[in-house]
Amino acid sequence: MNGTMNGILLSILIWLPILGAVAVMVAGNQRPALAKGLALLIASATFILGLPLFFSFDTSTAAMQFVEQRVWIETFNINYTLGVDGFSAPLILLTMFFGVLVVIAGWRSIEKNVSQYMAAFLVMEGLMIGVFSALDALLFYVFFEAMLIPMFLVIGIWGGPRRVYATIKFFLYTFLGSVFMLIGLIYLYIQSGTWDILAWHEMPLGLTAQKWLFVGFLAAFAVKIPMFPVHTWLPDAHVEAPTGGSVILAAIMLKIGGYGFIRFSLPITPDASAALDWLVIALSLIAVVYIGFVALAQQDMKKLIAYSSISHMGFVTLGLFIAFAIYRKTGGVSGAALGVEGAMMQMISHGFISGALFLTVGVLYDRMHSRMIKDYGGVASTMPWFALFAVFFLMANSGLPGTSGFVGEFMVILSAFQANFWFAFLAAFTLILGAAYSLWLAKRVIFGAVVNREVENLQDINAREALVLGTLAVAILFFGLWPQPLVDMMQASVDNLLQHIIQSKVI
Amino acid sequence: MNSAQLLLAAPEIWVVAMAGVIAIVDLFLREERRGIIHLLAMLTVIFAAIITFRGGFLLDGVPTANAFADSFIRDAMGDVLKVFSFLLMGMIFIYSKYHLRNFNMFRSDFYTLSLEAMLGVMILISANSMLMIYLGLELVSLSVYALVAFDRESKRGSEAAMKYFVLGSVASGMLLYGMSMIYGATGSLLLPDIAEAIRVQGTDDILLVFGLVFVVVGIAFKFGVVPFHMWIPDVYEGAPPAVTLFISSVPKLAAFAMAYRFLSSGLGDLHIHWQGMLASLAVLSIILGNLAAIMQTNIKRMLAYSTISHMGFVMLGLLPGTAFGYGAAMYYVIVYGIMSVASFGMIILLSSRGVEAENLEDFKGLNQRNPFYAAIMALVMFSMAGIPPMVGFFAKLMVLKAVIEAGLLWLAVTAVVFAVIGAFYYLRLIKYMYFDDPEHEMPITAPVDFGAALTLNGAMILGLGIFSSSLITICMTSFGL
Repeated sequence: MNGTMNGILLSILIWLPILGAVAVMVAGNQRPALAKGLALLIASATFILGLPLFFSFDTSTAAMQFVEQRVWIETFNINYTLGVDGFSAPLILLTMFFGVLVVIAGWRSIEKNVSQYMAAFLVMEGLMIGVFSALDALLFYVFFEAMLIPMFLVIGIWGGPRRVYATIKFFLYTFLGSVFMLIGLIYLYIQSGTWDILAWHEMPLGLTAQKWLFVGFLAAFAVKIPMFPVHTWLPDAHVEAPTGGSVILAAIMLKIGGYGFIRFSLPITPDASAALDWLVIALSLIAVVYIGFVALAQQDMKKLIAYSSISHMGFVTLGLFIAFAIYRKTGGVSGAALGVEGAMMQMISHGFISGALFLTVGVLYDRMHSRMIKDYGGVASTMPWFALFAVFFLMANSGLPGTSGFVGEFMVILSAFQANFWFAFLAAFTLILGAAYSLWLAKRVIFGAVVNREVENLQDINAREALVLGTLAVAILFFGLWPQPLVDMMQASVDNLLQHIIQSKVI
Repeated sequence: MNSAQLLLAAPEIWVVAMAGVIAIVDLFLREERRGIIHLLAMLTVIFAAIITFRGGFLLDGVPTANAFADSFIRDAMGDVLKVFSFLLMGMIFIYSKYHLRNFNMFRSDFYTLSLEAMLGVMILISANSMLMIYLGLELVSLSVYALVAFDRESKRGSEAAMKYFVLGSVASGMLLYGMSMIYGATGSLLLPDIAEAIRVQGTDDILLVFGLVFVVVGIAFKFGVVPFHMWIPDVYEGAPPAVTLFISSVPKLAAFAMAYRFLSSGLGDLHIHWQGMLASLAVLSIILGNLAAIMQTNIKRMLAYSTISHMGFVMLGLLPGTAFGYGAAMYYVIVYGIMSVASFGMIILLSSRGVEAENLEDFKGLNQRNPFYAAIMALVMFSMAGIPPMVGFFAKLMVLKAVIEAGLLWLAVTAVVFAVIGAFYYLRLIKYMYFDDPEHEMPITAPVDFGAALTLNGAMILGLGIFSSSLITICMTSFGL
């Protein structure tokens, strides 16, 4: 890869899927097979073109890489600035990876408006890569909001019976959260005269202003991630969304909330984050423990996984915000670094695991058209290969050592010990709870006697499904056994972030 | 008066001449040749745009010029608004031809009246004295009263026209009353002289402030902001869509120009007094417009209430009284005009011969009937809701920035919260189009020019969003930014 290519690589990754989506819609309008083929081609091409983000990534620096800058709206000083660091590059790789998988996963199960379905996912992929690579706050906001449109349509058109309620709830919740952030962004622009996020990281700000900004960011990202009191849209959206929608929602969109905390809340309003960290930590612990219990009580497999997602994302926010408590207690940042790295690990790993779980449920749903746990039982005896994958993913979800699920949680818990024993105790509690609801789900659905004729007639997974699930299984195992490449990638950026957040910006 | 002064008003003169020509030509045309009238009207707006361009005021650095004893002004802002009026008018003519033909109303009166109304808009945009403002305002209003009742068989049309006429007359009367007080307090009809007089004598004149209140009422009526909005839903619903197209777009541009000229050029020093008035109008409009729109089942009424809330946003741009705020408000009205024309164009498209598409249900399953037009309508709805990258988002962004810069954070918060509530009814329309099945499979047919105009309109909504720099720059440079 030469230098000129690197300068526009991110733009290619954003616009290739979006423009490709237009081609899919136009060419594939009456020809679903062509639409699928073209979509697969575009998604794969994006993934392959995006591999330099991993291979040419310079792990020694926290500076932005693959930077591209153009003037967008001159009178308003808005630029089209793109770039990645150790936080965004892994998330973009994850996005591109799932971009290919959801196309394959939707191959058979979507029958209505195939070209629009494929196009919606391609547009979403491009916009999500845009969110992770935007370094201009307004550009970020544009991608952040625009992303809602394809997801709104995906849930609404291809979703389940209550899809209209679920999708409008999803849209309005997220929209309401993000408009407060928009006001915060405009305020920051008026104060600084620039939309450059990195310049905002350096900008001094009074504590009161910081607190209001923090609340604005929290409103946007807490809804997205989602945190405890504003999480109710997620189970509805997941239950009603088609499999592909659930996968993208769980694997990528939730991470945008966590990424937002890393990119905005922590470095721009460090003093407010330090002052209000108790709030986020409390909400995270409630999510981890209370939502874990809620997951235990679910009758619907997708709902169970949705609640499990909320509970697991609690680890991300916990890992990010205990940094302040650790710094206050120890005066050093090494323990805090562990927490932040754990949070990042958890995001990537939860992306793989939750995506895999929703695909697993999708496999069953395609055959039985039911998500209710009570309709299943003894699946292992008719679908042995499927059972193998399902049990493995559920184990990973409960944080089994050797899978990627273990790494992130373990790092966060370890670092939580340095902050407060009780934080760590409560967080570790989720390992038990997670194992309980995951394994109980496995017991009820996979094992036991065959409960009815439909289960008896189930076909085991075909090659296409095996490919999808197998790829994910390999990824989960790989990062569980050898997380080092990922840690290397983010190390410099984590250190840089911690330097930012321990420095007071109050003038 | 010399010819140079006359030349400044060349676009106006051209339009009034063509309106006369169209009226006369029609006398000699047989029924089936009436398409010529449409062509003449299109030529009128195209050449009006060219003549306006040739004036050179759109380019940077050309100073303003006055004519007719200073009561007429040509400047960059006015010319930008006029050019966009012509653009919108061209689209309106294309959309309405299809509707008028379908409903057997294709008569030349529509074109003459529309051009007269547009002339009023142009005069209002260029008005530099209170007399000129009143002249332009009445020219628009009287033409539009007649247009609303254009469908002679429609009872609802007559009722709407009557209601509009009565309320409009009251508003005109109030405006005139306010003007007379301002004239009494300052001794001049010319806006710059009024500003000068206020500067000399101070702002504490009770007569002046009293006059200001009535002027604001007149402006608010023209915008249709709460509590002077009562006519909007009835007129939108009662008037033929071809006329609603016009009412909802071009006169809003004039209303903005009128507000700017009056409040900033004339009564700029009274900013401290009118800021609060505009703030309450804005808040009430945004709240009531968005809440009432949720309850509508008739799409024209829904769009009427949505207009009310959008005009509330324009007020937000006006009230800081800064150059940036005026630029933002101007950008907002232009963007709103483009979106509004597209939405009513869609209503006309879905109306089949003799049956108007009126209810939200008529949009059911549009995606399955015609994915392309469904996508255009979705773009319009997302744009109105203020979702990026559509142009409607950038309009809201500019206005919010102006408000926050003025330190009125509470206004910005109220506005965005109700914008989210408002998003619901736009989403509901998208739900009908995309998530529901169609009730019938009647194919959607439209003439080529109609389809092309609607495509261009949709492309503008997306394109001006993604490449938003151009229009924003044009609006901001009009105010010297």
